Amino acid sequence: MSVVVESALTEANEKRNQHLREIIDWHFSPETGCPYWLEWARRAGWDPREEIKTYDDIVRFPHFDDETLRNEPHEVWIPREYQGKPYKIFETGGTTGLPKQRISWTDHEYDYTEFAETLDPEHFPRGGNWLMMGPTGPRRLRLTIEHLANVLGGSCYHLDLDPRWVKKVIAQGRPAEARAYMEHVVDQAVPILKHRNVSCLFTTPKLLEALGDKINVPNAGVRGVFLGGTSMTNQVVRFLVEEVLENRARLVPTYGNTLMGLACSKPLSAEEGYALTYYAPQPRAVLRVVDPDDTARTVEYGEWGRVELTTMTREFFMPRFLERDEAVRREPWGRFAWDGVGEVRPFRAEQNKVVEGVY
Amino acid sequence: MTVATALPHVPVLRRGEPYISLDKGALLDHRGGEPVAEMSLANAGLIRRDIRRIGEAFDVLQSVSSSRMLEICRGAGDLFMNASLPFGDGETQSPADYVQNLSSTTGLPHALVRRNMAKVYEVFTRMETILRGLTRGLDLTALDGGLGEQESALVSFYAAARCMGVVLPSNSPGVNSIWMPAVALRIPVVLKPGREEPWTPYRIIQAFIAAGCPPEAFSFYPTDHEGANVILDQCDRGIIFGDEKTVSRYANNPAVQVHGPGWSKILIGADKADHWPDLIDVIVRSVSDNGGRSCVNASTVLTHAHGPEIAEAIAERLAKIVPCEVDDPDALLCGFANPRFAEYFDSAIEEGLKTPGAEDVTARFRTGPRRIERGSSVYMAPTVVYCESFDHPLANREFLFPYVSVVEVPQDRMLEVMGPSLVVTAITADPVFMKQVLRCRSIERLNLGALPTSRVQWDQPHEGNLFEFLYKRRAIQAA
Repeated sequence: MSVVVESALTEANEKRNQHLREIIDWHFSPETGCPYWLEWARRAGWDPREEIKTYDDIVRFPHFDDETLRNEPHEVWIPREYQGKPYKIFETGGTTGLPKQRISWTDHEYDYTEFAETLDPEHFPRGGNWLMMGPTGPRRLRLTIEHLANVLGGSCYHLDLDPRWVKKVIAQGRPAEARAYMEHVVDQAVPILKHRNVSCLFTTPKLLEALGDKINVPNAGVRGVFLGGTSMTNQVVRFLVEEVLENRARLVPTYGNTLMGLACSKPLSAEEGYALTYYAPQPRAVLRVVDPDDTARTVEYGEWGRVELTTMTREFFMPRFLERDEAVRREPWGRFAWDGVGEVRPFRAEQNKVVEGVY
Repeated sequence: MTVATALPHVPVLRRGEPYISLDKGALLDHRGGEPVAEMSLANAGLIRRDIRRIGEAFDVLQSVSSSRMLEICRGAGDLFMNASLPFGDGETQSPADYVQNLSSTTGLPHALVRRNMAKVYEVFTRMETILRGLTRGLDLTALDGGLGEQESALVSFYAAARCMGVVLPSNSPGVNSIWMPAVALRIPVVLKPGREEPWTPYRIIQAFIAAGCPPEAFSFYPTDHEGANVILDQCDRGIIFGDEKTVSRYANNPAVQVHGPGWSKILIGADKADHWPDLIDVIVRSVSDNGGRSCVNASTVLTHAHGPEIAEAIAERLAKIVPCEVDDPDALLCGFANPRFAEYFDSAIEEGLKTPGAEDVTARFRTGPRRIERGSSVYMAPTVVYCESFDHPLANREFLFPYVSVVEVPQDRMLEVMGPSLVVTAITADPVFMKQVLRCRSIERLNLGALPTSRVQWDQPHEGNLFEFLYKRRAIQAA
């Protein structure tokens, strides 16, 4: 256990508060802000620049309604300084209708450049090539994994994967088609791994399992796997580390999405039962574990609560967005002098477990 | 739920090797829900990976001769009944512990657990008879080398499956008799135990191993729905117990055998209906044996005449069966491990009674409600419903407790209306009716004469022949 000293906590706290004030100033000043937040402040009748001084004040904001990312035109999210500059459009979720969209100029690259520095060169060698075995199309990941590979001095191979199709066939009760699609994805990956020099992989837990059913992943030259996409139990993490990767390739799980960036995990260890704890990329994003019945209250360490995300960059401000996940609030650790979120799983997953079968 | 580590632990078995998972589920006492043990839960990926390597277990098991396997079965029967067998992490489980454990999580009274133990013992020790029934008298050495003789003809059999997956229910330990012959036929098994009943398959496995069976024969995965699907999808052959939905899901998959609802019945012909008082014992046993929890329990009596009298007589007898202490030697009723099932069954019957033409005849003899809360246990009182027509919604229902409907149907219409039935006891001496019954395509197991539907004869397999499921015969000629 790597204890974080008091001074580091204070420093991180200060840095977060200062960053918050800067971002509030930026988004709520007519000279620099975006139409959405300027209009919001006018209607709300209070000026966040005057009243938000520390992160404790963030609860003055209501929860961010992510439907606005679907319903509002992109123009309302453009800060004055970015006007006229072309932007990227990234989508999140969405199997039917118009998906939610976030615009980005350089945020996505910044997040992954910062993340690149955390990757151990022994397992994510500089100059090594990557295979991106994850969602493509309008996803942020399509560009950011390639950017990550480039930042680390390598190139990135891609394949075609449309997660919306998978969701659709599963929702329609056609699991065989979903399995066939997964096979199709893995079948694209195998020849690349066999015939090209690839040392790093981005993928999801299910796809890594499926790949491991086809080939021996570390024998194929993979030394590091950056894992994202869905929540995993500790047992699944252990299975991937010990059996699929045979303790030879490093597994780096992350928690993230288009709205946040990337939360890094504390290194995995058998001694700690492969427990997963993620730390947000503070101060650009802050994760808080809140009482679902009183979301202004942060739960105690070790308690379960709903995950609340606040994103604070010059390109995008999103206060108090309630994720569809729940987690355990964990203590600061090592270089992360702020709270972590552990054992992330879909919100109320335990209560919603249905009785299977009559007997 | 967090479980104290001092509780007994049921591990996963990976080709016989115990494996403690990081995901654990609690096994709860049916009286009040206190945890009594914890169970390792296998993730689906792990199961899939293991099944890919099941060929190794198949090779090991096929190298044991059939005669040696029968010897192992005989020894395992005694060990199952009498020995302290390995359990969890270096501990052992005595027969008394087993009775206690099983009863606490399933609500089965000790007397019924012991009766089921005896049934499992019989399967072990009468395996030769069972295999003779399944193979129609084949000399088992023909399986050892793949070549043999039967009635002076050369025969060749080969294993059509490298393993058999079974998704087990929790309702009765006796269901394990279904997969045990697969091991004797030297096919490895991949088992998913029911949520409340890992005890019996685990103890059977340990008895097999202690008697000398290669541990590789047994994969045992407590798991979730996804894991159960992996077992059925990945094993060459699979068996699942389920409801009508499950039956229809696998209807077109010959590699999966589905054991659905039994809808077992007693038919009383025109020639025997007047002798109904002589049949009450057989009917009561058919309904209430094993706590009424098995698919071979009768759930409908179709009689040519005297329906109301029969319903009243069996109701009077069944109403005397009341909840007792779990260790009472006369206990017949089982508590519900999940009290919501009792609520569901009770409300389903109440809902059905709202349709005119049916009466809960047991209500005349019962002193309290149908759903009984006794201490922290929940029971369902045996229930007899007289239905004026077979079309009534309660006429052809099956529940997990002693429930039976009695319906008057003219003899010449019985076979036409009754629908699929796992066991039928046909009480008639009329040669014409008997012939019609013998020709009927919707009966899996037929008892001719006044035999309880719950009576099992080991050389008469029902619900599919396991040997034909696991082995195929090929045409062969030798120069």
